Amino acid sequence: MQLKPVKYASQSVAKYYFVAALALFTAQIVFGIALGLQYLLGDFLFPYIPFNQARMVHTNLLIVWLLFGFMGAAYYLVPEEAETELHSPKLALALFWIFLLAGALTIVGYLAVPYAKLAELTGNDLLQTMGREFLEQPLPTKVGIVIVALGFLYNISMTVLKGRKTSISLVLLMGLWGLALLFLFSFVNPHNLVRDKMYWWFVVHLWVEGTWELILGSLLAFVLIKTTGVDREVIDKWLYVIIAMALITGILGTGHHFYFIGMPGYWQWVGSIFSALEPIPFFMMTVFAFNMVQRRRREHPNQAALLWAVGCSVVGFLGAGLWGFIHTLSPVNYYTHGSQVTAAHGHLAFYGAYVMVVLAMISYAMPVLRGRVANSRGAQNLEMWSFWIMTIGMGVMALALTGAGILQVWLQRMPTTGAMSFMDTQDQLRFFYWLRMAGGVSFLLGLIAYLSSFFVGGAWDERVDGHADLRTQRA
Amino acid sequence: MNQVKSSGFTKQMARNMFYGGSMFFILVFIGLIFDSERRIPQRSNAEAITPAVIAGKQLWETRNCIGCHTLLGEGAYFAPELGNVYPRRGPEFIKAWIKAQPTHVEGRRQMPQFNFTDQQLDDLVEFLRWTSQINTEKWPPNIEG
Repeated sequence: MQLKPVKYASQSVAKYYFVAALALFTAQIVFGIALGLQYLLGDFLFPYIPFNQARMVHTNLLIVWLLFGFMGAAYYLVPEEAETELHSPKLALALFWIFLLAGALTIVGYLAVPYAKLAELTGNDLLQTMGREFLEQPLPTKVGIVIVALGFLYNISMTVLKGRKTSISLVLLMGLWGLALLFLFSFVNPHNLVRDKMYWWFVVHLWVEGTWELILGSLLAFVLIKTTGVDREVIDKWLYVIIAMALITGILGTGHHFYFIGMPGYWQWVGSIFSALEPIPFFMMTVFAFNMVQRRRREHPNQAALLWAVGCSVVGFLGAGLWGFIHTLSPVNYYTHGSQVTAAHGHLAFYGAYVMVVLAMISYAMPVLRGRVANSRGAQNLEMWSFWIMTIGMGVMALALTGAGILQVWLQRMPTTGAMSFMDTQDQLRFFYWLRMAGGVSFLLGLIAYLSSFFVGGAWDERVDGHADLRTQRA
Repeated sequence: MNQVKSSGFTKQMARNMFYGGSMFFILVFIGLIFDSERRIPQRSNAEAITPAVIAGKQLWETRNCIGCHTLLGEGAYFAPELGNVYPRRGPEFIKAWIKAQPTHVEGRRQMPQFNFTDQQLDDLVEFLRWTSQINTEKWPPNIEG
C-alpha cells in the first residue's frame, strides 16, 4: 500500500493534541493508583500529597486530557468533513501551547502550594470560584479555558462555514459550543449552598449527560463512516435520533442530582422518570455500532480503531446506561447517594463513553497523521490486547466498587438504629478496595501496552499483513 | 434492526425530532429552574445566611474540603459526610477534631492541619450548622450520613 498522508495538511495539528492527551491520561492513571492505595494505606504520601490534592489532580487531568482529545479530534475531523483546510493552523498550534502551559501550571500549583495559598495567590477573592468538585481551577485557569475555547471554536466554526456542512460537523460544533457556554456557569458561585450546587450541575451534568453526548455521537459516527463505508444518509439519521434521545432524556435527567441537596421534592419525580430513560440513547449507540459493522461495505485495515468504536458503544452503555440506571431512581438513590456505587458508575461511564471514543478517534487518525492508512498487524495486535486489558481492568474496578458500595449501603445507610459509622464501614470494605487496586494496576499495564503499540514500527502492508483489499461488497 | 432506515422515517424527521425535542425540554427545564429558585430561599432557610456562614463557606472551599468529604452526598467518598456533622457531633467536637489533626495514627487516613484561628473555626461551624438545616427531603437515611 502506498504512503497516504492526511487529506488536508492542516489536520496534522491534531497530532499535538493527541500526544498531549495521552501524556496527561498516563499521569491521570498514575495518580489514580496512588488514590486507590490511599484508600487502603491511609497515610500513604501524607503529608506530601494528601488525598484531596491527588484526587483533584486525578479528576482535573481527566477533564483536561479529554478536552485535548476532543479538540484534537475536531481539528482532524472538521477539515476532512468540510473538505477544506483549517481556518488557521497557526491559531490552533498557539492555543495548544497556551492550553498545555496553563494546564501544567495549574497541576504544579495544586501539588506545590497548599490550596488556600493557591487561592490567595491567584485572586480567588476577586471572584470566588474555587474549591468546588471538578471546578477547583484557579480563576486565571478558568479564564484561560474560556479564551482557549473561544479561539478554538472560532477556528473550527470558520472552517465549517467556508466548507461543506455535514451533519457530523454540525453536531460536533453544537456539542462543543454547548460545552463552552455551559462552562460559564463555573463562574457562578452563590453564597447559598443549594443554589451553588444547582448551578454547579449545569456544568457537570449538562456536560457529561448533555453536550458531551453530542460530541461522542459525532466522533463515533465519523469513525464508523470511515471504517465501515456505510452510506452517510443512514449514519446521519442514526446520529440525529441518538442525540435527540440524549437531550430529551438528559436535560430533565439533571433532576437525578437534585433529590437531596435542598431542591424541591418534585425533582424526585422528574429526575427519576427522565433519567430512567437516559440508557436509551446509549443502547441505541450500541445497536448503531453493531448495525453499521454488519452492513459494512469494506474491510478497513485499521481493525483496532473499529474495535475501540464498537467497544465504546458497549462499555458506554454498560457504564453510563446500566450503571447509571441502577442507582438513578430516587428511592434507590436515597440509600446509594454519595456512596461507592457512585464511584463505580463514574469510572465505568467515563471510560466507556468518553475515554474510549477519544481513543477510537486517536486510533483511527494517528496512523493517517503518520502517513499510513493503518498500522502494521503487529502494532494493531498489541493495541487490541491493550484494549482488552484496560477494559477488563476497568470492569474489575467497577465491579469491586459496586460491591463496596452495596456493602456500604447495607452497613451504614440501611439500618435505622445502630448503623455503622463511616470510618468503621470503610474498614469493612478493604477486600473490595484491594480488588479495585488489582483492576487499577491492570488498567495501568494495559495503558503501557497501548502506549507501546505506537512504537511498534511499520505501516499496514497487504503483502505482509494480510488482505487489506478494501473490497467493495455488493451494494 | 433497520427500522430507522427501511420505514418512512427520514433524516429530516430525525433532525426535526432533535431540534424540536431539545428546544422543548430546554424550555421546560428553564421553567422548573425558575420555580426552584423561588422555593430555595424557604427550603434552605436563606435568611439565616449570616456573614459567618458566608465566611465559613469560603473556608470550606479554599481548603478543598470537598476533595475528601461529601457535603449533602456530593464530593469525594474518602471521609465522612459533613452535611449532618453538626447534629451528629456538635460544635465543640467539630472544632476540637479539626484542631487535633493530623492524628498520625499509622496506616489511618490523615486530615491536614489547617491552622485555623478561633474565629475561622466558629465560621466553619456556623456554615455546617446552617447546612444541616437545609430541607434535604430527609436525607441522609440515618445520623451516620
